[in-house]
Amino acid sequence: MSEQEYVPKSKAGKWFNDRLPLLSLASHLTDYPTPKNLNYWWTFGGILTFCLLTQIITGIVLAMHYVAHADLAFASVEHIMRDVNYGWLIRYIHSNGASMFFLAVYIHIFRSLFYGSYKSPREIIWILGLMIYLLMMAAAFMGYVLPWGQMSFWGATVITNLFSAIPLVGDSITTWLWGAYSVDNPTLTRFFSLHYLIPFLILGLVVLHIWALHVPGNNNPVGIDIKKPSKDTVPFHPYITIKDTFALLLFMIIFAGFVFFAPNVLGHSDNYIQANPMVTPAHIVPEWYLLPFYAILRSVPDKLGGVILMFGAIFILFVLPWLDTSKVRSAVFRPIYRQFFWILILDVLVLGYVGAMPAEGIYLVLARVGTVYYFLHFLVILPVVGYLEKTEPVPLSISEPVLSGSADYSIAKKDNEKI
Amino acid sequence: MKKFKLFFCILLSLTIFNTLKSAEQIDPIKVDWSFKGLLGKFDRASLQRGYQVYNEVCASCHSMQYLSYRNLGEPGGPEFSEEEVKAIAAGFEVTDGPDAQGEMFTRPGRPSDKFVSPYPNVNAAAAANGGAYPPDMSVLVKARKGGANYIYSVLVGYEDPPTGVTLDEGVYYNKYMIGNKIKMPNNLSDGLVDYADGTEATVDQMAKDVTTFLSWAAEPELESRHKTGVKVILYLVLLSILVFLSMKKIWSRVNPEV
Repeated sequence: MSEQEYVPKSKAGKWFNDRLPLLSLASHLTDYPTPKNLNYWWTFGGILTFCLLTQIITGIVLAMHYVAHADLAFASVEHIMRDVNYGWLIRYIHSNGASMFFLAVYIHIFRSLFYGSYKSPREIIWILGLMIYLLMMAAAFMGYVLPWGQMSFWGATVITNLFSAIPLVGDSITTWLWGAYSVDNPTLTRFFSLHYLIPFLILGLVVLHIWALHVPGNNNPVGIDIKKPSKDTVPFHPYITIKDTFALLLFMIIFAGFVFFAPNVLGHSDNYIQANPMVTPAHIVPEWYLLPFYAILRSVPDKLGGVILMFGAIFILFVLPWLDTSKVRSAVFRPIYRQFFWILILDVLVLGYVGAMPAEGIYLVLARVGTVYYFLHFLVILPVVGYLEKTEPVPLSISEPVLSGSADYSIAKKDNEKI
Repeated sequence: MKKFKLFFCILLSLTIFNTLKSAEQIDPIKVDWSFKGLLGKFDRASLQRGYQVYNEVCASCHSMQYLSYRNLGEPGGPEFSEEEVKAIAAGFEVTDGPDAQGEMFTRPGRPSDKFVSPYPNVNAAAAANGGAYPPDMSVLVKARKGGANYIYSVLVGYEDPPTGVTLDEGVYYNKYMIGNKIKMPNNLSDGLVDYADGTEATVDQMAKDVTTFLSWAAEPELESRHKTGVKVILYLVLLSILVFLSMKKIWSRVNPEV
């Protein structure tokens, strides 16, 4: 994909590269022509990679000390917090890291929604991203069960019970998932095993996600196709790497703020009570990042209906590239869609809020309105707006809207080689 | 299907129940704890007094199974001297074994031992306390909404039940307790313990001291966490300034506006 074939300078390098073109790959990644107008919303891809690696590394260390057993799990977490050197730091990075991961992925997803990054020719990137998101939710849910606190146990009970809504075989499936007749030790051990597996599946999908990205190249805030390389692009290194690093550092400051000064603020206090199948917590709530889906689930009085809607809310995103009929990608040039984008954000936030509240009275009404609107947005508003909307004129190149864009790619590249 | 409906009903009623209950409940008293804030530290003397209250009052019913006696001497905690920790540990009978003959035996505690629990198991603890298990206090502060403020408020929140409220035998009225009913009697009274450092043992003082002690027990890493946190964030801020300047320099070659 880079302009000219890369040839290693040293003989050994050439010998190796002819057999396994790793150096060509590195060269491609370094030179990868990137739109020069990418804003800070585009830095979350790098931030997410950081989040994944952080979770994997801290998770591997935690697994050295954690005991996956119903009688010992809670105590082993306390052992990590008290007796393992810097165990508290590793565990708090891991538990808050999950929240930071979701914060970043939601920004990443909504960036894609705003700038139309899911549209042709990037549908596969979008679908791979959604698969990563699904696996993230599975990993986060199972990870939350591992400390075997009250919220772990009862959260697992509520979520696994969802599968019993499947007609005819639901109860058998639920029993099969549990490995017992209720959430118990076999459930914990299999969740631990899967929780260790999923991040590596995610890693594999991330490679495909980036591979698929490097075929058409990045979308950009203007949302137009650009010539690569051209004066509209810069080489990935050092222009994007330095910008990603800066954004990552700002992100890490917020991350550190949670880890060191409010490590439990995003969790639930009940999870510091050891799981007790005989005592139901007053108020079972999932972690904050799953609340909108929880609100959708509870907005339907019928169990099967609720489950279908909840999964539907995610799976509808898979067909999003075909639901959006607009030829223009970026919401910058779509005055009507832009309004609906912000209403959708508000809708999801409202759903998240009511997901944390008891499903009754005004909250239930809000949850129902929010759920209906969510589906309305994707099934009706997007296709219709795409046809009716009068979009604003789209520039022919990135340099056009950027007043001071003067240097071209080859100059930038030459400068790059000087340092 | 039926099973879930039942579950859903339980869930719904519990949430309703919870809101109704929380309607009666008042917010806990806000105390200006020394360990709050970015640079918060525990008050060493208060931790030591708090341990004394725990040991003389609470420990007869409440276990603290995740703490070891050595923790009492570690930095960031009550910081008893090595001799004091040894003496504290030696004051407890610890069951050990089996020995070479296969018999269990008791011996004086060592600093490496976990805190000795007052009851052999949860059922025994519940049976001895009118069916209510006195919760383990190792992480109690983290396990309650409101944390230290809530624990302190419950300790000083005992009062006579308002007219119209009847209480069963062995149930007490507490202004701050969730649901206002508590099975733990009001165990604190002025002058109950003799503080080694001469501080006057008022109910308020003891409640504050023991809450401080429990806060440390739940988060023994708090002081080093705060200290490390300040350093980490300062480092990240400085590094981001340097990276920001580098970024400006690099991008100036392409587009001075970025």
